[in-house]
Amino acid sequence: MNKCIERIYNGIIKENPTFVLMLGMCPTLAVTTTATNGVGMGLSTTAVLVFSNLIISALRKIIPDRVRIPAYIVIVASLVTIVQLLLQAFVPSLYSSLGIFIPLIVVNCIILGRAEAYAAKNGPLESAFDGIGMGLGFTVGLTCIAIVREILGAGAVFGFEFIPEDFRITIFGLAPGAFFVLAGLTALQNKFKAPSATNGSVPQSALACGGNCASCSGASCMSNHAALEVVREKAEADAAAAKKAAAEKAAAAKKAAAGKAAAEKAAGQDAQAANKE
Amino acid sequence: MKELILVIVGAALVNNIILSQFQGLCPFLGVSKKVDTSLGMGGAVIFVIVLASIVTNLIYTFVLVPFNVTYLQTIAFILVIAALVQFVEMFLKKNVPSLYQALGVFLPLITTNCAVLGSALTNVQKEYNFIFSVANGFGTAVGFTVAIVLLASIRESIEDNDIPFNFQGSPIVLITSGLMAIAFMGFSGLIK
Repeated sequence: MNKCIERIYNGIIKENPTFVLMLGMCPTLAVTTTATNGVGMGLSTTAVLVFSNLIISALRKIIPDRVRIPAYIVIVASLVTIVQLLLQAFVPSLYSSLGIFIPLIVVNCIILGRAEAYAAKNGPLESAFDGIGMGLGFTVGLTCIAIVREILGAGAVFGFEFIPEDFRITIFGLAPGAFFVLAGLTALQNKFKAPSATNGSVPQSALACGGNCASCSGASCMSNHAALEVVREKAEADAAAAKKAAAEKAAAAKKAAAGKAAAEKAAGQDAQAANKE
Repeated sequence: MKELILVIVGAALVNNIILSQFQGLCPFLGVSKKVDTSLGMGGAVIFVIVLASIVTNLIYTFVLVPFNVTYLQTIAFILVIAALVQFVEMFLKKNVPSLYQALGVFLPLITTNCAVLGSALTNVQKEYNFIFSVANGFGTAVGFTVAIVLLASIRESIEDNDIPFNFQGSPIVLITSGLMAIAFMGFSGLIK
């Protein structure tokens, strides 16, 4: 049970997908115009993430290694379709305001990233809790960014207006504002040296795509793993070789020193012998 | 013809896929350090999005609609796009090595790029026919290339500037893209 709580803590605080890992930037910037949209997007992603982690983890021994990425994509796409239909039926207002970003949950780095990095290696229960943690972390991240943008841009929080129209900065509700808010956030992370993928202080090993969204697609993940493995092996081999060389050198030096000492001793004895004579 | 041009210009400049739709941000921020690589990425994106527009439109019209399973479009499109990218990569590697050298490394990166799936879904949403889908896909991809090459050239020229410590790295890139987004908002008057 402790492990499950640890997964949730890990997702919300330690490896928060928005603030620390910087994954899934497209929805983060696109749907954070109002806090309601942020929460809706976050919870939809959470639902997909929990069930995709659960199913992938349950099937991890059946899915052959070579076709795992297409298999994951099919599972995730089916879940996204279910969520999309449910939203369309029960929350039509949210469905229309999130628009194309609901089907685009399929290509969200977080989902395939967690499937690769966690669900493919751990049991269903832990994986489901990992999904809950990561999903809630994503929801928290989106909601925080959305609240900042909504206050600055529309003078409101969750649709509740409290700043008069003359004092609003409309640009924060539009596309450029998203970039500026995120720029401010990453600048703060740099200033306080907070762990973040953008300033390279997150250990890369825990991530399937190393925090680099550009490489977060199935095929490249595999080649990345291979490349990293080669680099690691090479480093290990180098270290071993260096160690061996150092050891040999030390042994040789010791031997030489011993030989020299012996020779000196012998020379000394010879000299003594000569003196005696 | 006039409508076709309007669709292309609209997709490339007015509703720029990156700066106003926020799709395909990951390569936009990740692969924009050098103009050369961003040109390669742009070329690969144009190639894949145009092909994907053709294929997804055919699949939608001749498979999903007749069988009345349009709700499966997300699954069908992502699988088709993933398979297509793999296929194109293998084909180029074997038959057009020069093009493969130029685009090859970028192809796997765009399998799950939001922009590719996004433009395929937009085509369906806006009920474009075959020719308009291809035009929209082409315009979208050109818009992507324009934005990423512009950002790369700006990044190259601000590389040696004295940026305050806190804004070094990704913050300055994000601010640059925000300013570019403001500039691209100027295009919105182009099409009514």
